[in-house]
Amino acid sequence: MRIVFKTDYVQDIRPWKDRYQLGLYLALLALAVAAPWLLDAFYLGELTNVLIWAVAGLGLMVLTGHTGQASLGHAAFLACGCYANIILLEAGLPFLLAFPLAGLVTGVVGALIAIPALRLHGIYLAIFTLALSILTDDIIVLSEPWTGGVSGKYAPPINLFGVMVDRWGTPAPFYWLTLAVVVLVTLGYINLLRAPLGRSFIAVRDSEVSAQAMGVDIARTKAVSFGLSCMVTGWAGALMGLFAGAFNNETFSVVISIQLLMMIVIGGLGSIHGAFLGAIVIGFLPQFLSIAKEWLAPLTGGGSVAIPGLEFGVFGMILIAFLLFEPMGLYGRWLKIRTWFELFPFYRKDMFKRQKTYLRTERLK
Amino acid sequence: MEILQLLISGLANGCVYGLIALGFVLIYKATEAVNFAQGDIMVLGAFVTIGLTNAEHMGLPFWAALPVSIALLAGFGYLVERLLIRPMFGQSQTAVVILTIALGFVIRFAVGLIWGHDPQTLQNPLAGRDLALAGLVLGLEDVAVIVVTLLLTGSLFAFFSRTRLGLAMQAASQNQLAAYYMGIPVRRVQGLVWALAGAVACIAGILFAAKGAVDPSTGLMGIKAFAAAVIGGFGSLPGALLGGLIVGVIEPFASRYIAAGYSQVVPYALLMAVLVFRPHGLFSQMRSKKV
Repeated sequence: MRIVFKTDYVQDIRPWKDRYQLGLYLALLALAVAAPWLLDAFYLGELTNVLIWAVAGLGLMVLTGHTGQASLGHAAFLACGCYANIILLEAGLPFLLAFPLAGLVTGVVGALIAIPALRLHGIYLAIFTLALSILTDDIIVLSEPWTGGVSGKYAPPINLFGVMVDRWGTPAPFYWLTLAVVVLVTLGYINLLRAPLGRSFIAVRDSEVSAQAMGVDIARTKAVSFGLSCMVTGWAGALMGLFAGAFNNETFSVVISIQLLMMIVIGGLGSIHGAFLGAIVIGFLPQFLSIAKEWLAPLTGGGSVAIPGLEFGVFGMILIAFLLFEPMGLYGRWLKIRTWFELFPFYRKDMFKRQKTYLRTERLK
Repeated sequence: MEILQLLISGLANGCVYGLIALGFVLIYKATEAVNFAQGDIMVLGAFVTIGLTNAEHMGLPFWAALPVSIALLAGFGYLVERLLIRPMFGQSQTAVVILTIALGFVIRFAVGLIWGHDPQTLQNPLAGRDLALAGLVLGLEDVAVIVVTLLLTGSLFAFFSRTRLGLAMQAASQNQLAAYYMGIPVRRVQGLVWALAGAVACIAGILFAAKGAVDPSTGLMGIKAFAAAVIGGFGSLPGALLGGLIVGVIEPFASRYIAAGYSQVVPYALLMAVLVFRPHGLFSQMRSKKV
């Protein structure tokens, strides 16, 4: 086990623990940058997809993992970012302007929605955002002049510094674009967590009463968190739109919202790693299932029959298993394994035990 | 006359929403958790009954199959609590919400796998018979739905306010620890509540399948039942029924009088409006929050 002797405050809040850790992440980044030369076009596309989901996961993680507000409606903000981006591009704005603006617009929309919604507590917020997600479909159809309604819209090819960036034509630049967004968002996120704002998010998550006692303005903190979360989700939505090429009112359904929430739970709530690990599960599960089905086909005697809903069924079961046996998600499991090796042979079973809280009603406090 | 006809069909639909909402409220009242899988459990109940009664499946007589399927679903509810919810005891509400959403996915998948994805109708002795009343033509199923719902809500309301077990359930929800100290077996009580909610969901499913076709994705309708539960205030049984009736009645009128495209928005818009302006429903139980 590496023990870091901290000698000043700057060292304490530095994003990396020591040179070794920094080196690891830089190596990972170098590997990610080199991916287009290492992978073929299909897997590069899959990797891009995973990264886009990771951005969306980071967006939701701010709200759910670090501020403790469950949202079942983030597909609405994916849609908002996607449409805003395309509409701005079609209005003739360059991509470098349209893309950040799409996120900002989504963030503002999110914060405006948050102001009434965040008076709601826990499940009520979940239900409110669920209703919002269902309404998105209808709102997109109703605002047809802008959104193209049922027939949908097509993403125009974008031109970045003279390079055509297109998912199908030039997958490598599109991948690098996505990677750049991922890196920027992640760095921003890490920075947020060590700033007063991020700390107040965590304080609100852990106990609203104590946070208030420490002078945190709860309503404002929640609204800012919602806004930031929506902004990042909006960027993910914009990338998703470009990645899909074509989309309509049904692309960002309520199922996507739920999938997003499940993703960060599987990955591990309250950690940046969790968003990435969850995205990997989401991204590769369909491939994994189809491979498993081919592999199992001779055993069951059936051909490659399509089983509708299989993906969601398996996904639900994985999620239930995680909630029951590993509530801290994949990242929590990794932490335990790592600690086991670092402390060998002194690891104890109860090291990660969480304190249970007894429930008291919200109705009759 | 047309308005009355719309009203009756709306009421019958609303009763089904109300029954699903009743399931939400039962579980919420007693365990303070929200069961997002309630709609899917309802569909499971409907398909179990269809599997038992319909001629192309097992073909049991209708009245014999009813208690069997209700008992099966009550057992299912108990098992869900025992195997999935109880290990979550003491964890946050959000975790339970996510767990039940996942459970809903799994149930939908299993129902589709077992009974297929085609819409099916429950073959029942009431089907296709009409009741002519002073110029009104009412489907006998619609009348049955309304009557059964009213009876069920009334008896559940009495159960919660009059019996010892009902009071124990309420106490267990309001403060788990205090309920323990008072000698209430909190865990067993919660298991019973889930069994009860499973039975109610089964009845809702039977009524729904008798009125029209169900398919595995019908469970998503549970979201409308949320609207009902929220409008009624999440902790109130009669409120849930009334909320269900409001949603059910608004729907046919909205689709009759409001332009297409806007009409299906109405229940959700109503839900959001209620959440924003009266966050704890029309029958609020919330008192001022003290620290």
